[in-house]
Amino acid sequence: MSKLYERPKSLCDVPMHYCPGCTHGIAHRLIAEVMDELGIEGETVGVAPVGCAVFAYDYFECDMQEAAHGRAPAVATGIKRVIPDRIVFTYQGDGDLAAIGTAETVHAAARGENITVIFINNAIYGMTGGQMAPTSLPGQFTQTSPYGRDVKKQGYPVRISEMLSTLDGPSYIERVSLDSVPNINNAKKAIKKAFQKQIDKKGFSLVEVLSTCPTNWGLSPVESMKWLKDNMIPYYPLGVFKDVD
Amino acid sequence: MGKRDRLSGNEAVAVAMRQINPDVVAAFPITPSTEVPQYFAAFANDGLVDTEFVPVESEHSAMSACIGAEAAGARTMTATSANGLAYMWEMLYIAASSRLPIVLAAVNRALSGPINIHNDHSDTMGARDSGWVQLYGETNQEAYDNFIMAVKIAEHPDVCLPVMDCYDGFITSHSVEVIELLDDQDVKNFVGEYKPKAYLNNPNGKVSMGPLDMPAYYFEHKRQQAEAMKNAKRVILEVSEEFYKLTGRKYGLFEEYKMEDAEVAIVLLNSTAGTAKAVVDELRSKGVKAGLIKIRVFRPFPVDEIVAALKGLKAVAVMDKADGFNGAGGPLFTDITSALYGKADVKVINYIYGLGGRDVRTDDIEVVYDELLKIAETGSVKSVYNYLGIKE
Ligand SMILES: Cc1ncc(C[n+]2csc(CCOP(=O)(O)OP(=O)(O)O)c2C)c(N)n1
Ligand code: SF4
Repeated sequence: MSKLYERPKSLCDVPMHYCPGCTHGIAHRLIAEVMDELGIEGETVGVAPVGCAVFAYDYFECDMQEAAHGRAPAVATGIKRVIPDRIVFTYQGDGDLAAIGTAETVHAAARGENITVIFINNAIYGMTGGQMAPTSLPGQFTQTSPYGRDVKKQGYPVRISEMLSTLDGPSYIERVSLDSVPNINNAKKAIKKAFQKQIDKKGFSLVEVLSTCPTNWGLSPVESMKWLKDNMIPYYPLGVFKDVD
Repeated sequence: MGKRDRLSGNEAVAVAMRQINPDVVAAFPITPSTEVPQYFAAFANDGLVDTEFVPVESEHSAMSACIGAEAAGARTMTATSANGLAYMWEMLYIAASSRLPIVLAAVNRALSGPINIHNDHSDTMGARDSGWVQLYGETNQEAYDNFIMAVKIAEHPDVCLPVMDCYDGFITSHSVEVIELLDDQDVKNFVGEYKPKAYLNNPNGKVSMGPLDMPAYYFEHKRQQAEAMKNAKRVILEVSEEFYKLTGRKYGLFEEYKMEDAEVAIVLLNSTAGTAKAVVDELRSKGVKAGLIKIRVFRPFPVDEIVAALKGLKAVAVMDKADGFNGAGGPLFTDITSALYGKADVKVINYIYGLGGRDVRTDDIEVVYDELLKIAETGSVKSVYNYLGIKE
């Protein structure tokens, strides 16, 4: 009998703390599968964020460094400069990457640091209980926009992938989504390609992963997937924004 | 008079904020202070206040926005904890030296690293030399009262300094207690209208805020800042007296609990005072002359008053919920021993306790009083710099 499904070697055999239906778990699995397929588990260092993924070091079988909120790309820069032949990735939420850590993100990208950034965009600050993030959609209900994000008062969402693609430093930027099986398969391809760019020493790579936060969106996991598809994808179009060799 | 209500510490402070109705609140969420701006955001969205509420992208920007707003003549406030406060560091000093009376709810949480969300005082202790007035409170009522008084202290023309209202994360911030609220109108009258002397685009003439200050005057400006901090002691007492007349709730520089005839005493900050008071009561019932001092005003440090209160005691333990990493003791301990130096000959020991949220129970506090009683009896101190409730 052939095995169709098994836990990737790079993913620890422990229960995850994420809420039911949260896509952080899917994203973790995709990264672990990619690490297995590329055979880099023993030579990879991950940088964990502050956010719901703060415990990422409990889930990946590689060495992990915890960074302060938003500082992951700067910390990863230091690690990569010391061990340039190893694979260094950061795993960051949108609060971590697109709010408090925007400067680090932009400058690591501008320097063309040869690291890979996995950017989990769930349009909210999950861990602190669902406050508005820079990525929250116009009209989105959050704890700090209880009547919906009013763009006149609270500004507009930030499209990180588009912004970074105007820089010369990045080698690869793609936005993917975890709302359906075909999109999950695509997300894995993108993550693999991003790591491959690093292996090939092409410079900064980033995959923006549109994700859900059922708990703070106040929706069931199934409704969340639909909300992502119907609301996030139109605002954050999927696709490759940068791919240079 | 005001009404009684069941509120968490954070909710109480958010209500105080609503009653004050500041011009600007700029904040970024961080556990355990998140609820303060979150409740306030609901008030703002419901039109209960006239405040510009700005959910900025980091604490560095939160304090920067507070500085800009206050410089433009607005009454401004925010809330944060731990790494959020640390991330404000650069701006804390600038706010204080620019003499901008910003008010901050500093909900005490252990500072990374290692990362931890629970309570200790390592965050605000690190900011003790930033030039902010620091008030500490044991209960939800004190967190609420201090927040209202903070506005008046900060904006007093003899002070013009920012103020932190410090209270314990989770223990005070999230526990629900029945507290007495002032009437909205009473709060409004108490804090009055904010009338800064100098602010941007002021009709009385051109101002530049926070300019480069070279050796010719930098020193004099720092001297003025130090003087303002000294003035703050008097102003805090005046404002507290006025508050007492309004509410019947009396606040000083510190609270003395059963100190009249005490022979041994503990000095500490914030919520652990509640636990320690229970132990004092227990000891008193056995005839032991134990007392407690709970510091309310840590910056400015009430040097003379502390000396007067501790003078003549047989033994004192200072309990610090933050380590000093100076090889000598915690920050409260070093301030108290330097206050006593040359003025009173008291045996003082230090306990570092409760770091990262380690629970502190009456049993733990009893250990401290037992040690003090031994010192009182023998006159000899075994160890000055100690850790309470640690696995070693
Ligand atoms: C300096 C600092 N400010 C604020 C926080 C509080 N904080 C922790 S996680 C978080 C937001 C996380 O949101 P996001 O990055 O979107 O990740 P998610 O939890 O949604 O996965 C914030 C604001 C912190 N830890 N450090
Ligand atoms: S709060 Fe949201 S992002 Fe965090 S684990 Fe739960 S569902 Fe996922």
